Amino acid sequence: MTTGGPTGQAATLEAPERVPPGRRPRRAASTRVKQDRRTGYLLITPTFVIVFAMVVLPILWTISLAFQQVRLLNLRTTGVIGDYSLDNFTNVLTSPGFVDALVTTLIYSVGGTACAIGLGLAAALALRRPFRGRGLVRACMLVPYVAPVVAATFVWTTMLNPQFGIVNHYGTTLLGWDDPIAFLSSSKSIAPFGVDLHISQSLVTVVLFEAWRSFPFAFLFITARMQAIPDSLEEAATVDGATPTQRFRHIILPQLLPTIAVLTVLRFIWTFNNFDDIYLLTGGGAGTQVVAVRVFDYLINRGDIGAAAAQALVLAAILGVLVTIYLRLFGRREDVA
Amino acid sequence: MSTATSTTRPERPVAEAGPSGWHRDRVERRLFSVVRPLTIAFLLLICLFPFYYMLLLSFRPLDAVLQDPGALWPSGGEVDPGTYGDVLRSTDDGGQGFLTFLRNSFVVAIGTVVLTLLVSVPGAYAVSRLDFFGRRQIGALFLGVYFFPAILLAIPLFVFFTRIEQRGTLTGLLVVYVAQVAAVSIYMLRNYFDTIPASIEEAAEIDGCTRLQTMWHVSLPLAMPAIASNALFIFMIAWNEFLFALLFLVEKRDNWTVSLGLSQLAGSIEVPTTVLMAGSVILTVPIIVLFFLSERWLAGGLTAGAEKG
Repeated sequence: MTTGGPTGQAATLEAPERVPPGRRPRRAASTRVKQDRRTGYLLITPTFVIVFAMVVLPILWTISLAFQQVRLLNLRTTGVIGDYSLDNFTNVLTSPGFVDALVTTLIYSVGGTACAIGLGLAAALALRRPFRGRGLVRACMLVPYVAPVVAATFVWTTMLNPQFGIVNHYGTTLLGWDDPIAFLSSSKSIAPFGVDLHISQSLVTVVLFEAWRSFPFAFLFITARMQAIPDSLEEAATVDGATPTQRFRHIILPQLLPTIAVLTVLRFIWTFNNFDDIYLLTGGGAGTQVVAVRVFDYLINRGDIGAAAAQALVLAAILGVLVTIYLRLFGRREDVA
Repeated sequence: MSTATSTTRPERPVAEAGPSGWHRDRVERRLFSVVRPLTIAFLLLICLFPFYYMLLLSFRPLDAVLQDPGALWPSGGEVDPGTYGDVLRSTDDGGQGFLTFLRNSFVVAIGTVVLTLLVSVPGAYAVSRLDFFGRRQIGALFLGVYFFPAILLAIPLFVFFTRIEQRGTLTGLLVVYVAQVAAVSIYMLRNYFDTIPASIEEAAEIDGCTRLQTMWHVSLPLAMPAIASNALFIFMIAWNEFLFALLFLVEKRDNWTVSLGLSQLAGSIEVPTTVLMAGSVILTVPIIVLFFLSERWLAGGLTAGAEKG
């Protein structure tokens, strides 16, 4: 069994197992509180140490790195106290492509979040009423979410491949596409109804992939909330003559809105910071370079650690601002509703 | 649980609401009775087909795939499990060395599970049950940490592990993973500890148990289902992780995890796609199996916990 806690404790715990519990007089209430406090510190210390050392300190260190000229080459000679300057930030903010990357990140996270939640809601509604095999269907819905990202991106890259991908094969033979579509490498911007949106086909593809991969998460959340809606509300509405869409609009949806608000924040944060999916699908090419991929590029390909850290910080700051604004707006609305 | 209410409702007082309302209601019901199964079918298709395709390609020879990319099942005599041998064999034997990658992935994932639980179970118990200074702040700190992008953490950790020359090691990766999942693990377990009635622990206290004894003999056994599902959750995260593996291990092929190995080889022209599909299947199967096993078992464990409570 691996659930013991630090081994020293486990050893002391085993000893008095079958000993009849003797009552020790010194365990007065205040002693108990003190003991609890001491035990509390003891139990939380390992977590605190590891999270502090591997999460909090690194964040502080990133801030320090962002203000220094650190490259992979001079890494060994830089200390915590160095020549601090704002150069990295000015370079990063004025460098070509940064604003584009930021806009791409925004489109990607807004589009991905909206599509994932929309699809999740549709799935939750479709699976709401019990039917034979619903449990299995429900489990299947979660597969894209639990599958390893590398395998998922690889199989989609293969399916969307212009030469032998199955999507293009059936697109050209059954759906009458003139040419195979290079879903993941085409910078051609899409123009629905003749309106040029300056969004590349590849960006649309990665947004749809994100929706495919994360809708199960929304589906889980929304389903859980739906089960808590009392049936009596809907029954009353049915008696009053409400049609299915009216019941959805006036009864189910208002109950789901707080859940959807929370989901939006969570999904937005994760999509905004997402690196894996885009890196693996397009490598950041064809108009899909989001900031996270750009940071990676600066860190590994250019070896410019300072600039990478500065960009990562800008990313975190923008995210913080956006989430704060959203919470302000929605915090209010929830109070009213 | 929601129950079947409106679909087979015999009485329909809606009819009195006027012919137009009745009409709309009927149209909508008809419409949804068609749309609902279509939606379910569509969702099932998009969820499962990619994985079926993965399996299919892993068994078809490459030239057959190139000749007939649209085949939805292998034609007679086409099934070729040789790709699995190719992908698993070590590089010395002309394979891709996925057996080594598998071992690395298992070592890292299981190590992460064990270490994280050792750290987070006591932590979660403390946060849930014990009153100590800074308890609330710690909870907020742990959650706040997750608002920072992984790439932001990756930079200093990359620098740090380069400096102490631990960058290519599985140990370094393991420590990072534990730090990454510890907070979420604590959060999940704390919620479960909160649901265990304090009266049970008080009974143990009256019998003379110390806090740690109570935790060990009373609360931990009760929390077993939650701990087990948490362990699965951590295993999945560690098994699927990609960014840190890429940053830390990319230069040491012997230490690659399956995810990293697959992503590194996917770009190369020398390795046939069908062989890498076999690699994808190998990467995906443990997770899918674990997930479907835990699906049922988890529900059972939770109900058992409720009975005990």
